[in-house]
Amino acid sequence: MKPRHVKFLVGGLVVAAALGYLIFGGLQETLVYFVTPTELREQGAGAVGKALRVGGMVEPGSIAWDPRTLQLAFRLSDGVAVVAVRHRGVPPDLFAEGRGAVVEGTVTPEGVFQASQILAKHSEEYRPPREGEGKAELRERFKSLLQEKPGS
Amino acid sequence: MTAALGHFTLILALLVTVYGAVAFVVGSRRRIPPLLASAERSVLVAFGLVTLALLVMEYALLTSDFSIRYVANVSTKASPIRYKIAGLWGHLEGSILLWEWVQVLFIGIAVFRFRRRPHPLAPYAFAVLLGISAFFLFLLAGLTNPFQQQFPAPPDGRGLNPLLEVTDMLVHPLLLYHGYVGFSVPFAFAIAALLTGRLDSEWLTLTRRWTVVAWLFLTAGVIYGGWWSYRTLGWGGYWAWDPVENVSFMPWLTGTAFLHSVMIQEKRGMLKVWNLVLITLTFALVIFGTFLTRSGILSSVHAFGEGPVGVFFLAFLATVVLGSLGLLLWRAEHLRVPGELDSLVSRESAFLLNNLLLVAFCFTVFLGTIFPLLAEAVRGVKVSVGAPFFNYVNVPIGLALLFLMGVGPFIPWRRASWASVRGNVLWPAAAAAAVTALLMVGGVRGFFPLLGFALSLFVAATVFLEFGRGIRARRRLQGEGWLAAFRGLLNRNRRRYGGLIVHLGVVLLTIGIVGSSTYKQEREAALAPGESFQVGRYTVRFDGLQGAEAATHFRVWGAFTVTTDGRPAVVLKPAQRFYQGYDSPFATVDARYGLREDLYLILAAFAQDGSQATVKALINPLISWIWLGGVVILVGALAAVWPGRREAKP
Repeated sequence: MKPRHVKFLVGGLVVAAALGYLIFGGLQETLVYFVTPTELREQGAGAVGKALRVGGMVEPGSIAWDPRTLQLAFRLSDGVAVVAVRHRGVPPDLFAEGRGAVVEGTVTPEGVFQASQILAKHSEEYRPPREGEGKAELRERFKSLLQEKPGS
Repeated sequence: MTAALGHFTLILALLVTVYGAVAFVVGSRRRIPPLLASAERSVLVAFGLVTLALLVMEYALLTSDFSIRYVANVSTKASPIRYKIAGLWGHLEGSILLWEWVQVLFIGIAVFRFRRRPHPLAPYAFAVLLGISAFFLFLLAGLTNPFQQQFPAPPDGRGLNPLLEVTDMLVHPLLLYHGYVGFSVPFAFAIAALLTGRLDSEWLTLTRRWTVVAWLFLTAGVIYGGWWSYRTLGWGGYWAWDPVENVSFMPWLTGTAFLHSVMIQEKRGMLKVWNLVLITLTFALVIFGTFLTRSGILSSVHAFGEGPVGVFFLAFLATVVLGSLGLLLWRAEHLRVPGELDSLVSRESAFLLNNLLLVAFCFTVFLGTIFPLLAEAVRGVKVSVGAPFFNYVNVPIGLALLFLMGVGPFIPWRRASWASVRGNVLWPAAAAAAVTALLMVGGVRGFFPLLGFALSLFVAATVFLEFGRGIRARRRLQGEGWLAAFRGLLNRNRRRYGGLIVHLGVVLLTIGIVGSSTYKQEREAALAPGESFQVGRYTVRFDGLQGAEAATHFRVWGAFTVTTDGRPAVVLKPAQRFYQGYDSPFATVDARYGLREDLYLILAAFAQDGSQATVKALINPLISWIWLGGVVILVGALAAVWPGRREAKP
């Protein structure tokens, strides 16, 4: 091989190696694992500080929500283990006791899951309207907000 | 009746398309001009038939013919007319019909353009294009027949997904489809070149304008998508690295690489294989995107999740990739090129590095998109790859590309020395360094943001310097006015100067991205009527809630009065929309847009008696620059392809 070819080959390899390192290193660094409350308990202190997603059911009676300070606390359960979760911000519309929820965040040294995000199971999928979901019911639900009172 | 007509038309179109493809090949190989003429006519007929099918579908949509299942899926009787029309591309089957229509439209235009000056490559390329078209018609005639009927017809349809019921729905998908389909033309000519063995740069020059136009549509579609997302989806951002966004971005990246690498082949005759690979990859990524969004393996805002159609797309994708690969191997002997690179510091090297970076960028997006699927399939673990990954990898790559954008256009071909580049980059670099220093004094911090601004300024300065010098020279030598000199300069080398304007647009876009992602402020507050809170330099007062009924939904909005240092108050009205059949409401945001920053309000929650509302306020600095950059990019790309004679050399 001519020296010039070697130069190009080496240059190309160096750039490719750097890019490969950047990409695969970045993946390792930023990957978020999805775990259940049980798996989280098994990891114990090893889970502290790692970016995680935890999915479970919001335990009935566990929600504490202060709309003035926007502080939200609740517990997620998978029937075996329970995780205490804290979050600052408005809970998504579908968030409710007894329903499923996925939270993303990290475990603090105190063992509380600090959620940066609550992922609503955002059902943008259509389902046929149920009984009591018609226009009239919507109007009834928001009647105090209507500009013109129905029938006027 | 309507349904039968529509379906029959599509089957007929399939037959005509297949005939046309065969006739082009046979007519060309055996040299039978009448057969070629008949093949050309078959394209016209196919276009007519698909147009008819499209019109039949629109007729059914406009007349709310719910005996056609598709119509009931995407429209209701009460839907406004424009969304009835847009229903055509609101769901799987109709979107494929629209896709196919754009496909035959482009084939028609291509046939028309080559009629005057026939070219040996053209019939083969048309055959390939008709083959692609036949695949979509095959789907439409069977599996994804948009005219499928249902009995009894329901009294009303369910309507479009409320997220799609916005005016942007009339623009964004059309732009994207024109971009996607546009790349099939250079791809078809590449395949034709392989089939016929005419492997010099002809296929590139013949389709140069097509490539730029496809790129233009795709660029516009992607940026418009961001704009739509920002104003409509109500989460405060414009790009979420959502799989469906990613699959529209991947062909853009390889397409952009292709736009640059063709210049090496045209100028030096090198990189033949690479260019063939790049255009194949671009087209394959388009099909891959269609597969991913329509196979139901992804759940996303815009995925059309359902059905066995994915298997067919996968088979088509395999055909495209393996077929092209086979042809490449078959022609490998003829693809050897005599030329070789002369020096590490040369325009060629700059383009090569640009290509390497763009492809790595594309690979990153690809990996991030499919990794969760792979991890679950292979290792059985659930993982998610989010914005942190894409930013971690793509910010450095993006900055390196930006740097190349500043020096690349000024490095001479073959062999360059520092002295030859110095004149073009020294002053811009100095100016950028000076302004960046001022920014630091002004309180701007952070390594990547500062580097981003510095490189942006550097690139902008090189572009202005180049234009300034060119214009000044013309004014001096030819005594032209400013505008005439600018036009003359552009005409002398449209591709170069149009490209530089595109680069300038990319700079604006980068400044917008860096500014809005680095200096974003966010506050949430729960307010009773009359209460206010402070965010940035704004005071936001909550005045009250109101509700009203619209044709398809019920709307509740809050009125918020925004005041800021002495300027007249503005009332913003973020809202939530409630639809029958959807559990959660859909947000409508409202914002005060500006060059310096946007103040963006989201109504997050409210008490049903109107006594309280929770509002999320975001300040997005410089975000308008992204859209501005998009416009400049389009202007530059248009300038590059605008038909016009080159100025005669004096």
